Amino acid sequence: MARFIQARVFRETMIPALRIENLSKVYGNGFAALKGINLEVQQGDFFALLGPNGAGKSTTIGIICSLVAKTAGKVSVFDVDIDRDFAAAKKYIGIVPQEFNFNQFEQARDIVINQAGYYGLPRELAAQRAEKYLKALGIWDKRDVPSRMMSGGMKRRLMIARALVHEPKLLILDEPTAGVDIEMRRSMWDFLKKINAEGTTIILTTHYLEEAEALCRHIAIINKGEIVENSSIKSLLRRLKRETFVLDTVEEAPECVEIEGFVVRRTDSNTLEVEVEKGQYINQVFDELDRHGIHISSMRNRANRLEEMFVNLVEGAG
Amino acid sequence: MTLAEQYVAFMTIVRKEIKRYLRIWTQTLLPSAITMSLYFVIFGTLIGSRIGEMGGFTYMQFVVPGLIMMAIVTNSYSNVVSSFFGSKFNNSVEELLVSPTPNYVILLGYVVGGISRGILVAVVVTVVSLFFTHLHIHSYFVVVVIVLMTSTLFALAGFINAVYANNFDDISIIPTFVLTPLIYLGGVFYSMDLLPDFWAGVSRLNPLVYVVNAFRYGVLGVSDVSLPLAFGMIGMFTVLAFAFSMHLLNSGTRLRQ
Repeated sequence: MARFIQARVFRETMIPALRIENLSKVYGNGFAALKGINLEVQQGDFFALLGPNGAGKSTTIGIICSLVAKTAGKVSVFDVDIDRDFAAAKKYIGIVPQEFNFNQFEQARDIVINQAGYYGLPRELAAQRAEKYLKALGIWDKRDVPSRMMSGGMKRRLMIARALVHEPKLLILDEPTAGVDIEMRRSMWDFLKKINAEGTTIILTTHYLEEAEALCRHIAIINKGEIVENSSIKSLLRRLKRETFVLDTVEEAPECVEIEGFVVRRTDSNTLEVEVEKGQYINQVFDELDRHGIHISSMRNRANRLEEMFVNLVEGAG
Repeated sequence: MTLAEQYVAFMTIVRKEIKRYLRIWTQTLLPSAITMSLYFVIFGTLIGSRIGEMGGFTYMQFVVPGLIMMAIVTNSYSNVVSSFFGSKFNNSVEELLVSPTPNYVILLGYVVGGISRGILVAVVVTVVSLFFTHLHIHSYFVVVVIVLMTSTLFALAGFINAVYANNFDDISIIPTFVLTPLIYLGGVFYSMDLLPDFWAGVSRLNPLVYVVNAFRYGVLGVSDVSLPLAFGMIGMFTVLAFAFSMHLLNSGTRLRQ
């Protein structure tokens, strides 16, 4: 019996949270938004779906949560085929869309409680869950405020609370931190990391690649309706061929700095940019600068590493 | 979803709808009470006293059922059309579309919201009418059934209008240019007997004639059309409107991309 239960638990944990097979979408005007994409997101993963505007991210999410009708292909959520039992599949999914999509005249608590009702949660339980998630997201004191009176960041958190009220196993967030200030973004990251650690699978689309790198373990890059990359962030970054570092100098930097094997640019009197190819060591740069009597006070990446990779991949595909 | 879960979803929509129109009662409930009071004063008291009897009743008694029915038709229609179009406009309809709530529950929730407003306004108008005349109900059964059928039919019609509407003009065109003329020409203020044969025949193509006369039969016991025919016509239109509304929801017309 114990072995049977163990086998069953093992089988269930092997089921991917999301499986997309040959998914296509051609809109009425003939535009092919998705060209037969395949994607798998494992249970418990924190997954980033990245791509430039119009790449097909929102279309993919729209199909998963039934706001967009697919042209062909198959989508399964925790092994439930959306063509066979969309209602059952929807119970697994919580969705936080890009645009605010709630009635701005309704109060925050009503919005969350009503959403619970649409999932069949009794009123009392819905009220408890609304309190739990509005508190967790720090907007409980705004519960009786009409949602139009809330700030942009609060509205985003309200949409997260609404998406979580039926406690989905898969949370999909479409640009959740767009237009949110840094402090609030960090607190949302902490919250998302916490619920991911508690077992919720999360799929995230974002334009902030720093966000994807900070939060996600796996990543897919979609461009012009096709998946051009699908791997772990670690393995993706290992393939990064070149990084550009910005160095702040203590003394005024000379007009021309030459270090053999490196491209060095002076961007202003106290700033240098150095390109470091894969296989090179930045220690060499420091040694050389030290020899020239140039001391470095601080150093940072010019762009987020993932951003450099993203640009390479998308431009390479284009 | 289990039946119990579907019931929760249904009640959530109904509760939300009722809360919505009660919150803006000055826009949803008050106008009908004022408009109908004016009708009672002008047509019932001032002009009606010079008209004399119609269909064996004072003119005031004759117009009251038609005016109550007019309130039911316009309110059940406008509640659903404005609420559902509003949810499309601000995208909050997506809250329902992404949920497992079945389409028929969504439709019934909105329709029952429309019915409840139609009935509430009808009660207000009836109470107002009692200041001007006394009413005795000829058949409570006919009154209740025809009120439910009519409010259902026009709530469904409002839903169809809302699905196709692209802007706020589109939700006022049908009530202004179709519904109101049909109501006025539906025998609210006159008996079909007063019309020449040709125009009486044309009037019988107007579905509001059956609605108004069936309700008038329930209240006063007189009607220009046969009651079974009236029930049949309203029932048929209701079934067609429900089937078409379900088709729109199932196909995702103007709701899903």
